[in-house]
Amino acid sequence: MMPTTNPALEIRNLSKTYRDGTVALQGIDLEVPPGEFFGLLGPNGAGKSTTIGIVTSLVTKSAGAVRAFGIDLDHDPAGMKRQIGLVPQEFNFNQFEQVQQIVMQQAGYYGMPRGPAREQTEKYLRKMGLWEKRQTGARMLSGGMKRRLMIARALVHEPQLLILDEPTAGVDIELRRATWSLLEEINDQGTTVILTTHYLEEAEALCRHIAIIDHGRIVENTDKKSLLAKLNVETFVLDLETAAPEALLVDGYAHRLVDPLTLEIDVPKERSLNEVFAILSRQHVNVLSLRNKANRLEELFVNLVEKKGQNADAAE
Amino acid sequence: MLPNEPSGSSWRANLIGLQTIVIKEVTRLLRIWPQTILPPVITTTLYFIIFGKVIGSRVGTMGGVPYMQFIVPGLVMMSVINNSYSNVVSSFFSSKFQRNVEELLVSPLPNSIILLGYMSGGIARALLVGCLVLLVSMLFMQTTTLYSIPITLAVAFLTAALFSIGGFLNAMLARKFDDIAIIPTFVLTPLTYLGGVFYSITLLPEPWQTISRCNPIVYMVSAFRYGILKHQLSSDMIDIEIGLAFAAIGLFIVGLFGLALWMLKQGIGLRT
Repeated sequence: MMPTTNPALEIRNLSKTYRDGTVALQGIDLEVPPGEFFGLLGPNGAGKSTTIGIVTSLVTKSAGAVRAFGIDLDHDPAGMKRQIGLVPQEFNFNQFEQVQQIVMQQAGYYGMPRGPAREQTEKYLRKMGLWEKRQTGARMLSGGMKRRLMIARALVHEPQLLILDEPTAGVDIELRRATWSLLEEINDQGTTVILTTHYLEEAEALCRHIAIIDHGRIVENTDKKSLLAKLNVETFVLDLETAAPEALLVDGYAHRLVDPLTLEIDVPKERSLNEVFAILSRQHVNVLSLRNKANRLEELFVNLVEKKGQNADAAE
Repeated sequence: MLPNEPSGSSWRANLIGLQTIVIKEVTRLLRIWPQTILPPVITTTLYFIIFGKVIGSRVGTMGGVPYMQFIVPGLVMMSVINNSYSNVVSSFFSSKFQRNVEELLVSPLPNSIILLGYMSGGIARALLVGCLVLLVSMLFMQTTTLYSIPITLAVAFLTAALFSIGGFLNAMLARKFDDIAIIPTFVLTPLTYLGGVFYSITLLPEPWQTISRCNPIVYMVSAFRYGILKHQLSSDMIDIEIGLAFAAIGLFIVGLFGLALWMLKQGIGLRT
């Protein structure tokens, strides 16, 4: 990849109001450095897909500017599109065409002559484990294979920026993990990756930088470590050896008994788990095992989105 | 050279893009030939048998040629119109419906290339079906010579181009499969039947003759009939002067091509 100092993606004051009056984006700013693994998170209808749609020319913007590697969407749309590969959320290839045809056609749309297009198609179909299926009709593929086909299609022109809209929605855990390692590999090779996802575990595992969008505004935009550092309390689930007494007291910690053998306890960040164990031990309660109740990022996400929602309600 | 840079100049990249769409479209229409090629040939053969042989034998001659021979250009033109239109409207609407049109929209291809690519599929099918229908008609005609092959080909090509753009516009505006049948059923079919396929508009009383001259299909059928039968047909049976016919077809093409490009730029029916 050619080294570049321009941001992989630069969005300035981007707004979108649909014809029916729905305001999807309210002047968002985003900057994604080259080589980044960037997560764009948000609840349904927050504006993630609209943002991706505008960047990939599937949605027309109402106002604002979009640049990829310094190339402006308004001034050189073709130049900007060449930098980007898109893996959409829904299958959008011709179900009646063969796997190889679909990928080769995409290479052709990007101006690649048939010889190189054939080589690139083979390279990415092999990488995605689809080479043996190259002459199979796309409709015959399993859901996971279809998703890999879309990734191969997005990569065939070797874009510098790969955008994936919910790439693992509805796929099983095994395939999700395989997709993660594939995306990490692509990112390690220098391709900037932007991911939208509902699975916060996915964002936590993959992304180094996370932006959270809600009601068409960016409510958080920072690196993952800083974001997780904002999490003040973690909830642990403790499996107990024997039934806990009904009058169990864990002073200074919010806690609740889910059932006599399961205790949920909120541990503030500045306090130690050892204290909890000591308190329980004094009451002859032995802990067999413990685990995080939820994904850490998920808690933070819910807090952020709920807080902003309450602020918006209060403002109204 | 990076793979994500266009190979050579951008016009070359665009040419490769155009070639890709053309191959895709032609492959599609050949793959589903029982739906795209066979039915129009069978339908037109039935027209030849019923209108030409059975009814035509009672009509006698028209403009100095047997009625069977008179209707051949119109029937070929009818195939060209229907097939160019239906090929593009169904192919492009299917792309919209399955959302694989997004493959083109996210690519760096200019709108004009996308439009030309789909038009080429419509033109290819129209010319293929037109040639087959003409070959079948040779079995029924008493003569196998055409007055002018270049004029005949040019009219067929331009008509196919025009109705391919029409099909493209229809597909852009269509929201459901029913919408792609409305124009062919309620506009194209009546205009074709009233466009001088089975008769010369000079036989119509006024004001119907003048009204018929507002029908663009009259110009195409007349020009095509000129290309095929000029040497045998009496001149009063040529509805429209050939130069005027070409000018009218050309104007329609320029107008609709411009409209389609404008709609693509606005993203009408394609982008939200």
